[in-house]
Amino acid sequence: MTEYQLLSGNEAIARGAYEAGVKVAAAYPGTPSTEILENLAGYDRVLAQWSPNEKVAMEVAAGASIAGARSLAAMKHVGVNVAADPLLTFSYTGVGGGMVLVSADDPAMHSSQNEQDNRYYGLLAKIPTLEPADSQEAKDFVLRAYELSETFDTPVLLRTTTRVNHSKSLVALAAPQEQILRDYEKRPEKYVMTPGNAIRRHQVVEERRLALTAFAGQTDLNRIERGRGEQGRVGFITAGISYQYLKEILPDASFLKLGLLWPLNEGLIREFAAGLDRVIVVEELEPVLETQILAMGIAAEGKAIIPRQGELSEETLRRVLAGAGLPVSPTAAVYASAQSLPPRPPILCPGCSHRGMFYTLKAMNLHVAGDIGCYALGSAPPFGCLDTTICMGASVTGAFGMELARGEAFAEKCVAVIGDSTFFHSGITGLIDIVYNQGRSTVIVLDNSITAMTGHQDNPGTGRDIKGQPAPAVDIVKLAESIGIRRIRVVDPFDLRGCRQTLAAELAAPEPSLIIARRPCALYVRLRQPPCRVETADCIGCGACLRLGCPALSVAGGKAIVDEGNCVGCGLCPQVCPKNAIREGVEA
Amino acid sequence: MSGNIIGNIIGKDNNTGMNTGMNTGANTGANTGVLIAGVGGQGTVLASKILSLVAMKAGLEVKQSEIHGMSQRGGSVVTHVRLGARVYSPLVTLGGADAVIAFEELEALRYLPYLRSGGLMIVNRQRLLPMPVITGAAQYPAAPVDEIRAMGARVTAVDAAALARDLGDARAANVVLLGILARTLPFAGALWREAIGESLKHQLAALNLRAFEAGQAV
Repeated sequence: MTEYQLLSGNEAIARGAYEAGVKVAAAYPGTPSTEILENLAGYDRVLAQWSPNEKVAMEVAAGASIAGARSLAAMKHVGVNVAADPLLTFSYTGVGGGMVLVSADDPAMHSSQNEQDNRYYGLLAKIPTLEPADSQEAKDFVLRAYELSETFDTPVLLRTTTRVNHSKSLVALAAPQEQILRDYEKRPEKYVMTPGNAIRRHQVVEERRLALTAFAGQTDLNRIERGRGEQGRVGFITAGISYQYLKEILPDASFLKLGLLWPLNEGLIREFAAGLDRVIVVEELEPVLETQILAMGIAAEGKAIIPRQGELSEETLRRVLAGAGLPVSPTAAVYASAQSLPPRPPILCPGCSHRGMFYTLKAMNLHVAGDIGCYALGSAPPFGCLDTTICMGASVTGAFGMELARGEAFAEKCVAVIGDSTFFHSGITGLIDIVYNQGRSTVIVLDNSITAMTGHQDNPGTGRDIKGQPAPAVDIVKLAESIGIRRIRVVDPFDLRGCRQTLAAELAAPEPSLIIARRPCALYVRLRQPPCRVETADCIGCGACLRLGCPALSVAGGKAIVDEGNCVGCGLCPQVCPKNAIREGVEA
Repeated sequence: MSGNIIGNIIGKDNNTGMNTGMNTGANTGANTGVLIAGVGGQGTVLASKILSLVAMKAGLEVKQSEIHGMSQRGGSVVTHVRLGARVYSPLVTLGGADAVIAFEELEALRYLPYLRSGGLMIVNRQRLLPMPVITGAAQYPAAPVDEIRAMGARVTAVDAAALARDLGDARAANVVLLGILARTLPFAGALWREAIGESLKHQLAALNLRAFEAGQAV
């Protein structure tokens, strides 16, 4: 009897890779992709790893593939930018064992700095691009992707979106295939991409494109569902989660449901469009399909109707399709508060190790070049510290660029903040740049000794690998020494006085400084000490403690209140109370 | 109005041109939709897991959607669960939820627009102040439960943590709330008990079964 499990898209992708006999899998954590490698690491026969960054993960997977194993790399959409360099040339070399790159895109930016549409990477790298619409397809398409990869000698892009990565639906499990290691022989004409070889391989890529285009007209990855009655005269060309929303709204319309998004087959699209009154391309974000279909000279509507920003939803599609004259019934929310509700943005946790440093940076009124991680929340009230947040690593380099543009006086008021995992990802090269080009920037590594934002993954500094086994730990101090930084300070971010003194000294120094603010993530170590308490008689209700932005602290009736259920007793608020009215907790 | 609703729900300015305008209604068909809303760290996940398991045991298709990432840092979190013979979208629509379980009073008000006419709003009597309220930039609504009742919605509001604490552990509050939900869904008690037993460590199962019964008795 077939076993069914309720799996998220990411769990299903991991299951699919396991069933496909994948041997090597690498990733850098990033929402919404993280759980793919976390789950793959649970299968003993898979050599899974957290790589320092996505380029490394992609290259490790490519190497494993060339050597004959099935391999996988997984990353969030912006991670593919980091991995794009090897990806675009690995497209030329092709594979040994099958290789699949999973890109987890984040329309609506639930946890991202942009909402780029990575289907364009399929076009750019000229590699087949699959997109699943639920967890069953997520698993099935991984298996199909390995077949495609080996049949057409190409890496395959499995493009997903948050709504599929993080939604659960039923998945039929199958027995795992044997792990096959294909023969390896040295083939420089295929794998050494010097110009002479690459010119010949580009020809192979173009021949592959034509073969894949023909395949796209025959494969059951793409499916025509002929509709019924009046609804059936409208045809939707769609893929991924958009298909599910449309099936709720107009179940009897006609559908060309694409699983293989690149390349497209013109004959298939013409066959679908023939005889329909209207053809509407429904895709989240960019008009990737629409642009290609219009270029074929096929009449279709698309982004004139369908929003180009954010996620689609059943509500949104009902509204825009009704507006476009389709027989869709719009209905309204029945109950709603008339008042504008306070938002509940994410915040630094009670006991967060970053809180002390952001309090200090705010108090010193410094410019702060920020980075990607929990500490991006240093931009939120009450801190409002950050001047910039662009991408992984851009704090270190960005601060140096600001220094070059505005000179020493600015550099004395500017720091870069970057987490430990992000520092290993792409902060190191920026630091080398500052040393080599004789800058004077002050860089703070907010070292909470874990990759926290994505849910506590290990990294090269934690001393454990993806399976939790002991691993060598990179020593940031020795690393900085070895690249030529002379001013290195390790501080406890909860020593507010010490932090301030250290910052003042390092900002004044006319050479590069590295401050390592080291304290473990409170959530990860489950910090739980007796809650702090307020001596009500001493409290003057000044609100100085609220400048810590701690969710366990509030002021009501002119007195500070510590929420005992929320407070973890980190001991920071007693340091900032001008009346010494907040005391550290004591064991009951 | 709906721009304001969406702004309230996603907790950020709705100036991107997405999801604005008329909100347009319930998922089609006879499927059941439940929304489970709370604050990161409150443990809404277990409740949705048990509900999904019950539906699977009843032979239904289940889809469940939740967004995590930054939300686990004290932000507003919500899980959508849809059950039925054939489910396409994993998301409950505005005006489409047969029940909303809110683990916190402000979140009840935030996700109220998802409740269908005649649906049940289950509210845990707990208030967690969001940072804009703590800093004084915004005010916590005066009486969310009364406000929802005044709109004519069906509401069951309980201090589930207190009920669970009386049974031995406040952390079983989520299963108390599930007990209330169970009264509105057509699944046999035996399925719920099986699902609870399978979802929890053995030593916690007995306590949670009592919590479930306490919820049913509310």
